[in-house]
Amino acid sequence: MLVKVTINNQVFEEDSSLTILQVAKKHGIHIPTLCYLKKEESCFEHKPASCRVCVVEVKGKNNLLPACATNIADGMVVSTNNARVRNERRTVVELLLSNHPKDCLTCEKSGKCLLQDLAIELGVKEIPFDGPLSQENKTIVNGVIRRNPSKCVLCGRCVAVCNAIQSVGAISASKRGFATVISEPNNCINCGQCVQVCPTGALLQVDDTYKIEKALADESKYVIVHTAPATRVSLGEEFGMEPGTDVTGKMVTALRMVGFKKVFDTNFGADLTIMEEAKELVTRLQTKQNLPLITSCCPGWIKFIEYNYPELLHLPSTCKSPQEMFSSMAKTYYAEKMGMGIDPKNMVVVSLMPCIAKKDECRRDELKVNGLPATDYSMSVKEFAAMLKRYGIDFANLEDGKYDSTLSDSTGAADIFANTGGVIEAATRTAAKWLNGNNLEKVDFEAVRGLSGTREATVKVTDDLSVKLCVVSGLANARKVLDAIKDGTASYDAIEIMACPGGCVNGGGQPIHKDMEQIDVIRARQAGIYNIDKNKKMRVSCDNPEIKELYDNYLGEPNSHKAHELLHTHFLNRKDD
Amino acid sequence: MRTNEEMFAELDEFIESLNNDPEELIAILHRAQGIFGYLPMVVQKHIANKIGVNVSKVYGVVTFYSFFTMVPKGENVINVCLGTACFVRGSQQVLEKFEELLKIKNGHTTEDGKFTLTSLRCVGACALAPVVQINGETHGKVKASEVASILAKYQNN
Repeated sequence: MLVKVTINNQVFEEDSSLTILQVAKKHGIHIPTLCYLKKEESCFEHKPASCRVCVVEVKGKNNLLPACATNIADGMVVSTNNARVRNERRTVVELLLSNHPKDCLTCEKSGKCLLQDLAIELGVKEIPFDGPLSQENKTIVNGVIRRNPSKCVLCGRCVAVCNAIQSVGAISASKRGFATVISEPNNCINCGQCVQVCPTGALLQVDDTYKIEKALADESKYVIVHTAPATRVSLGEEFGMEPGTDVTGKMVTALRMVGFKKVFDTNFGADLTIMEEAKELVTRLQTKQNLPLITSCCPGWIKFIEYNYPELLHLPSTCKSPQEMFSSMAKTYYAEKMGMGIDPKNMVVVSLMPCIAKKDECRRDELKVNGLPATDYSMSVKEFAAMLKRYGIDFANLEDGKYDSTLSDSTGAADIFANTGGVIEAATRTAAKWLNGNNLEKVDFEAVRGLSGTREATVKVTDDLSVKLCVVSGLANARKVLDAIKDGTASYDAIEIMACPGGCVNGGGQPIHKDMEQIDVIRARQAGIYNIDKNKKMRVSCDNPEIKELYDNYLGEPNSHKAHELLHTHFLNRKDD
Repeated sequence: MRTNEEMFAELDEFIESLNNDPEELIAILHRAQGIFGYLPMVVQKHIANKIGVNVSKVYGVVTFYSFFTMVPKGENVINVCLGTACFVRGSQQVLEKFEELLKIKNGHTTEDGKFTLTSLRCVGACALAPVVQINGETHGKVKASEVASILAKYQNN
């Protein structure tokens, strides 16, 4: 129902289902917020009205009301910024700061902290309230996440994302009153979405770049790096470039400048994944066994199924992820055949990832190759950007570099791994080409593209074979699909599941934007990726000449014994963990 | 002493009688604490799996309500009422005396596992204020000076 509302003397006619905050935003009126979180890509809005920063004055109401959680009504007269409102907001932030460590100078979130921004915006000059901190100011490492509960403002964003969007439920608010604290994560799948939404320095990712620096300085080590598809459209953002800008060349140059001996492309691993996975899909389709095949590239998703649906562990593809396939090939094929006899023990393989779950993946015992971890360190885009800043590298003005040859040729099918729907499209391209006698007329399978959390498409692969596909991102969506498979109400041939909404372009290790809606960031990165794919000379994984060479010289054929040994894995029932 | 299995069986029976309904979490926790004496993580995980919620949610509820405890209770549980009537009649001094003699703080258990000291708000016996309940037994009009003799009664239990 349309109603008339007056905000700061301007009259707007808007639907009564909208909140004051939404109407204000729509008309360019700024209201500061802290706990409020909009996740349009997941159709989710977090508005607990707990921080009280967004309070506004509504005529006729005694108390100020939270703009995020108050709907507009006919005849409502709102003032979003007057002396009373400004004073109250400032007091709210002063109170928050009274229970917050004052170590901004050395806080990693400094400059990107919403609480700090608010203190500046609201003109907090001193903190008039004195008292002990509710939590001790110390950092606790839980897996790949660093927590400092004393910096938590209890906005509940992390809990909302973990429970509502991911349905992981690793964390919740515990205790009460002044002692309230977000609980230690339990059965966390390391997606890092909590880190992405934390307004302060309470949740950060583990930083491995100092270990990498140490390895780079060690002359006895042969340190190489490979870069995930999604990193090339986001790294530039840390240096003032628009989201989605293709910075592949600059990224390669920067990696060389910090001292990596060889700079490779994880894309090669992605093409290899497709060879193995498409073969597995074709086999499962022909034998009608273990359907639907579910993609297994995403380590967050893998942990999720291991914890929550161990009875379905026969469904994920046994393929290792591109990170692990690449690193396995680096420490075997490359070391033996290409690397002039490098001892894998002296190799340090680093990956640049949009993700922090990849850090956890590196540590999995079953992914070791000849007793060595295949990937030694995985660093996120954020970590690498911070490293480049420490090194004084002017990223935006770097010349474009080229990947080292061997293990770097890639097709557009590999690039699109970054987007939700990309892996399934890439697999379909190769499977369709094989099933059509090595012929593929149309490379683009647009039906699987998009951003909504669950998408279905039936794709015609050959004249007499259609496959029913499902693409899922965000684990609450995955949970629904898995439940439907379990109770027999859904049947698919193949499903792609990515933990992060939108896929790796929105990964837990990607740059964070304060001034842009996340959905716009995701869309820009997605478009950047599809653009790279469109302009690639080769767009189907099985056309990659270096991949063909790898099979001819080393692996034999897809799903061969050797391929199984090096490129496939198994999953663990973690129900009782 | 019942075995762990027997205790879990009793809990499961109760949860199933409630159709494994996650809405009944508090009732289930109540019963579980009655069975086990406290709510260790293993019991919380068991309940979470049984009713299909995440253990972090169970943990959130357990830590929110002061009635629930994650530490085993002593043989004797002392509850000092700090409700309004008892408080104005000096129950705070009574509580402090217990703390002094047992050498523990409110909410803790003595090292020998003999006593757990807790406080609560109103047991509905305000006419007897200040009230102390020990193992469900009510002591009325308690004075701080009487605390030592009350404790002595339970010392050798």
